[in-house]
Formats: sequence, C-alpha cells, structure tokens
Amino acid sequence: MSIQDHDSHKVDSISGTTTTGHSWDGIEELNTPLPKWWLTILYASIIWAIGYVIVYPAIPLVSSFTQGAFGWSSRAAVEADLAELVQQRAPVVAALSKASITEIEKDPKLLAFARASGRVTFGDNCAPCHGAGGGGAKSYPNLNDDDWLWGGSAEQIYETIAYGIRSGHPKAHEGNMPAFGRDGLLKPAEISQVADYVRALSGLSTATGYDKAIGAKVFAENCAACHGDEGKGNQELGAPNLTDQIWLYGSDKATISESIINGRGNVMPAWVGRLDETTIKALTVYVHTLGGGR
Amino acid sequence: MATATGLHGQDKQMTNGELGLIILAVATTFGSVYVAAKAYTPEYAFHAWVLAAASLATVFGVANRYFNRPAEMPQQVIDGKPNYNYGPVKFATLISLFWGVAGFLVGLIIALQLAFPELNFDLPWISFGRLRPLHTSAVIFAFGGNVLLASSFYVVQRTCRARLAGDLAPWFVVLGYNLFIVIAGTGYLLGITQSKEYAEPEWYADLWLTIVWVVYLLVYLATVIKREEPHLYVANWFYLAFIVTIAVLHLVNNASIPISIFSSKSYIAWSGVQDAMVQWWYGHNAVGFFLTAGFLAIMYYFVPKRAQRPVYSYRLSIIHFWALIFMYIWAGPHHLHYTALPDWAQTLGMTFSIMLWMPSWGGMINGLMTLSGAWDKLRTDPVLRMLVVSVAFYGMSTFEGPLMSIKVVNSLSHYTDWTIGHVHSGALGWVGFVSFGAIYCLVPWLWNKRELYSLKLVNWHFWISTIGIVVYITSMWVAGILQGLMWRAYTSLGYLEYSFIETVDAMHPFYIIRAIGGGLFLAGTLVMVYNIYKTIVTPEPALEQAGSPALVPAE
Repeated sequence: MSIQDHDSHKVDSISGTTTTGHSWDGIEELNTPLPKWWLTILYASIIWAIGYVIVYPAIPLVSSFTQGAFGWSSRAAVEADLAELVQQRAPVVAALSKASITEIEKDPKLLAFARASGRVTFGDNCAPCHGAGGGGAKSYPNLNDDDWLWGGSAEQIYETIAYGIRSGHPKAHEGNMPAFGRDGLLKPAEISQVADYVRALSGLSTATGYDKAIGAKVFAENCAACHGDEGKGNQELGAPNLTDQIWLYGSDKATISESIINGRGNVMPAWVGRLDETTIKALTVYVHTLGGGR
Repeated sequence: MATATGLHGQDKQMTNGELGLIILAVATTFGSVYVAAKAYTPEYAFHAWVLAAASLATVFGVANRYFNRPAEMPQQVIDGKPNYNYGPVKFATLISLFWGVAGFLVGLIIALQLAFPELNFDLPWISFGRLRPLHTSAVIFAFGGNVLLASSFYVVQRTCRARLAGDLAPWFVVLGYNLFIVIAGTGYLLGITQSKEYAEPEWYADLWLTIVWVVYLLVYLATVIKREEPHLYVANWFYLAFIVTIAVLHLVNNASIPISIFSSKSYIAWSGVQDAMVQWWYGHNAVGFFLTAGFLAIMYYFVPKRAQRPVYSYRLSIIHFWALIFMYIWAGPHHLHYTALPDWAQTLGMTFSIMLWMPSWGGMINGLMTLSGAWDKLRTDPVLRMLVVSVAFYGMSTFEGPLMSIKVVNSLSHYTDWTIGHVHSGALGWVGFVSFGAIYCLVPWLWNKRELYSLKLVNWHFWISTIGIVVYITSMWVAGILQGLMWRAYTSLGYLEYSFIETVDAMHPFYIIRAIGGGLFLAGTLVMVYNIYKTIVTPEPALEQAGSPALVPAE
C-alpha cells in the first residue's frame, strides 16, 4: 500500500500520527499501522483452523471428503455414545425384561431402575396430558390418588398403558358415556333432576325444584347400569365413582349436565408398538408406585 | 434518469421516469385487480388489493408531483455546493422509528406470551407462531432496513459530495421497500409464510423486494460513480457489500416456484439438508451483511463525525473489511452443528467462525480507538456515549458468536435461550444503539436544527435502554445455560434427570425477567420518539443553509 505517495501528510496533533490525506465530509483517516496483538490473534486463529482441518473431517472431494487424522465422525461418535449407554443399562434391562411387575416391585434395585426409566418415559410421553408429576388436569385423570377409572392394580395399569382407552386398538378399553340429551334419551327436565341427584351423591348442594324421587328414578333407569346402584362406579366399564368428590371434568351442575347431554369419550393412545415391552413395564411400575396404586 | 425538460425552463415535460412509472403503475393496478378477482384465498386477494391500491396511489402521486413541480429538474449543484436530496432520507428516518416501536412492542408481547401462554387468547392471528416472525421482520427489516436506507442515502451523498442519483428512483426505493414490509407483516398475521426463518415472505413479496433492491443498488452505484471525491470512503464499501450480498442471499434462498399466480403458496427449489444449508447460509449472512456490514457503515460515518476525530486506522479498515467479507460468507454451517449436515461442512462453519473473530473486532477497534483524544466527550454527549456503547456490545457479541460456534460449546448452547440472549446483545446493544445514535445525529442535520430538543432525554433513553439490555441478556444467559445443563443431566442409573416439560417450567421466572428487560428497552425508545418529535416541531431561527447542516456535536 503506497499511502506515502499521497500529497498531503497532515499530522494529527493529538495522536501524533499522519493522516492519509483524504477528507470526506470532514472525516479524515489516521495512518495507524495494524495493532500487533490483533494481527497475532488473526494469524493464530488461521493456524489453528489449518490444524483443525487436518485433524477433523474437512475438505470436500468429488464423492467424499477428507476424514481427518483420527477418522472421527459425528455419526460414529453418537453411535458409540448410545452403545455405551445401552451397555451400561444392559444387565438391569435384561433383569427387568425377565421379571414380572410384582417381582420388580419387591427387588429394591430393580424397582429403583424401573422407576428411573419409567420417570423419563412418563415425562416424554405422558406428562403433556397428565402433568409432570402425574397430577392430571381437567379431562386428564390424576394418577397420584386412589380413584381409578379402569383399575389401579399393576396389571390393570399395564393394560391401560399398553392398549389405551378408545384408542382403536383391538384390546383397548371401550365403553362410552352415552349422549343422553343429544340422542333424545332423556328430556331436559330429567337431565336437570339427575344432575342434581349426582351432585347430592357426594354431598353437594342441589338447585331449587330438585325432587330426589325423580332424580333417583332417572338414575336407576339410566345410570345405575354402569355407575352402580349407589353410584360407586364400575372399573370394568371405566364408569367413574360418583360419590368420592373426585371429578374428572368438574362438579358444577353445568359440567355434569354437559356430560349427560353430550356424553364423554376421551381417548388415551395405545403405547404398545411405540414403546417396547420392557419400557411399558417400567412405566407401569412408575405409575403404580406414584402413590395411588393398589 | 434522463430528463426531457426544456432547457429554457418554459415548457414542462414529463421525464421518462415519470411517464414510465405511471404506465407501469397503471398496468400493475389492472393486473392486481385481475389477480385479486381470481385469487384462491381471501388472504392472497387482500394482498393483491394492497398492491392495486399502492399502484393506484403511485399513479396519482407521480402525476400530482409532476403538476406541482417546477419545469426544471432540481440542480445537481447550487452555488458550488452539492444540492443534496434529503426527502427520502427524512421519510426513511421517521418510518424507521415507527417500525422500531411496533417491532419492539410485538417483541414484548411475545416475550409475555412465552411467560404467560394465556396471552395467545386462542386467536390464530396473534398466536406466538405468527407474531414471532412479525417481531423479527419488524425489527430487522423494517426498523433496521429503514435506518440503513436513510443512513446510506445520506452518507453516500455527503461522502461523495454528489446529489443522490435519480429523481423518482430514491423515492421508489424507500416507498417500495416499506410496501414490502406491509405485505410481509400482514401476511404473517394472516398465516402466509414460506416457513424459512428471516425469509418468511412468500414468492410475490420476494419478487417485489428484488425489484426494489435492484433499483436501490443502481441508485447507490450511480451516486458513487458521479462522485466529486477522488476516493471512496470506507462506509461506502460496507454499504455496497451489504446491498450486493443481500441481493445474492435473497435470490438464492427464495428460489421457489409458486403453485399458481393466483395463490400465495410456493415450493422451494432446494430440498432436505441442502435446503437447510442454503437457509442458514442465508440466515447467517443476513446477520453478517445486513446487521454487521450495513451497521458498520453507519459506525464508520457517525462515530468519527460525532467525535470529530479522524478514523483510527485506514489500514485496519481495509484489512478488516476484506477479511470480514471473505470469512463471513462461509460461517453459516455453524447453525447446523450435530445435524444431518456432513461433518466437513460443519468443520468449515466452525473454523471460519473462529477466524472471523479478529476481522469482526477490527471494526470495534476502529470504532473505539477513533475516540482516543476525545474520551472526555463521553461525559457530556449522551449520543456519542450511545454510539460507543453500541460498539462495545458489537465487540461482545462478535466474541460470543465465535465462542458459540465451537462444537463443544454449541452442544450446550444450541437450541437454548442462550442463543436468544446472544442475538439480542447484538440486536439491542449493537444494531439498536448504533441506529439510535445515528438517528439522534441525523434528525438535527436533516431538519436544520442546531441541536436535539433535549440531551437530558437522550441520557434517560440511554440509561433506561442499557439497563433493559443488561437485564434481557443476563436473564437469557442464565436461562440458556440452565436449560442446556438440564437437557443433558443424567442420573447415576443412566437416565435423563429432567423431562422436557420440567425444563420448560424452569424457564418461567427468566421469561418474566426477560420481558421486563424488553419493556425497559421499549420505554427508552418511546422517550426517544418524543425527543425526536419535539426536535422536529420546535421552531428555532434557521441558522444554517440547507446545503450545510449543523455539524456541531453536544458540548
């Protein structure tokens, strides 16, 4: 660069450096050389980059690329990592796959492992609906309490997880709450009476105009077949206990009436085919030992 | 643009540009109405109507301008001084403030939506997914873009000592660019997107931007070519690198084929990992050439101008310019570490990102060291302080960037809020502050005022927004590193410690803190808008000639 060739060599009085002799709209430029530390780091980073290119896969060729000094590849690295993890878990996973759920729950080491595995599976697959701790939400049952729709024994929980509820799987739990109102099975007045009757079952207040006799009659003729004469539910059919003050959709009269009018038929997917046998088993152990398992 | 005006100033004639633009606008009006009538979706029809309205407005605008203007075209030089064209500069300056406030506000809304999802209100138009691109496009392209248009049209004239080339062309650029912004932004709200980050607008918006951008390049080049200065000032190199490279990036990343001229939907020419690579080559260089090269151009003019000191090193400006331009273009693959992208391309992205560190810092050194001998001015001039702090944030984020491109660091930081923090230290600290500093300089110069309405308010703006930025980026650093550590935590039994949903839950307090930081930044900007408004409307005895605006900085 022949900056020296320019005609003006004005010296900036503050820095003592010459300017390049140009001025644009009053802006001048000093003739300061490149900072040494700047240039040193720039060269060092270039040398480092050349070294990295030699060591790691770097230069594209016609149909492949240079593999680097050690043949490292990100794909092989992740496969090695996964293999190591599988190997680390292998003995316990093998024991887990052989043992029954009862055996797992009796063996503290297997139980701890199954719960650790089940917790991860639960977090990735179940938590979006049932909550991170299995606490449930409106329309999604709480898994910590001992109120079970389809049964709280280990075997029953396993069936529910594996095949789901109204999931379309041949072994899925079936059984719908019919749409008594929409399908014309009950008149609005009857729905109002039976909704109050259901509320009364768990000691909730009833609206004025409620006639227990009518409510009881409608209940006996329409609801008792599934929910039982006393409304205590039937886990064979997934019919909830109506007397325990635990409500899946809500206890206000409007919500109860909505259930009676339009029915209910929530879906839980079948996990068999998505999760392997051992994983479902571990998940079952996790849910079973959350606190409400029977 | 050729003029057909009578030399004797008697008979007024339309220029080729005026006539041509009216004919094109009439044709576009009819074409748009036709497309609107046959559009597949009401959203697309709406955009066709917008184009029809804009074309019709162009016809009346150009005709009205013709009837009101004198027969002779504006002179290039008056009394030996260049007759600078500030109209388009003023327009772009003011509208950049409008888009800035809008973009920061939408940013605040989506920050709150992340903390409180109820704020989506179950309405598709204001859901996070649609507001997020509205935010990014509004701040980058609408706010930043208009600041670049305004400053480049100002700087190229002043440093070339030449009136902006073209008569209608500069107006076509600023108005056409903002029409693109309107089409892009309303499109997001209506659900029109091609799902490419920072390149969401669909094919017809892209085509329109291409036309505008080519005219932008031509106006800029023509002004440079007719310059009165023997040499080209460094800011112009950066502006040209920005304009040319953005054109190339835009064309390659938006190579898509519409399913019909009557539909907004198109399909991209690239597929699979090639598409991902093209997208991040684009995305990274949008950062490199829009948000870095463009705003470095602003820095190279406004910092020495405001500090009234010569640029620190001419040699450094040349070396770091070419090094930056050469290195940046290869660094894109670092956005795709540990993906299906071949290892060699990841190596390319990482090594060039590391080598990019010093070329980036060249700009910081030149910006900061220009202050040597004038550091005392930082005490008294909050505008200069804003410019200098912007350069400091630039230095910080261009160190953080190469750091995050290192694969082991990236394996922790990628996909976390650390990235969001990094982006905002550059966006709020560097791009935001250098833009504010430039606008604070430009407005008194353009409107012939001796000084801003209130330097005290600039000081308030500076401190409110600086605290906002610090709150924002520190919350995102903590959130991001926490998130990354939670994702990779294993129990002694070989299982993940946390489910994804638990990591989401852990972000909640940081999202609230981030929203507070963003709110402060917005509040500072509102102070600025008030200050700028008062500066423009407060009358003062005109002391300066139109050709030589006040250059006196704060004392």
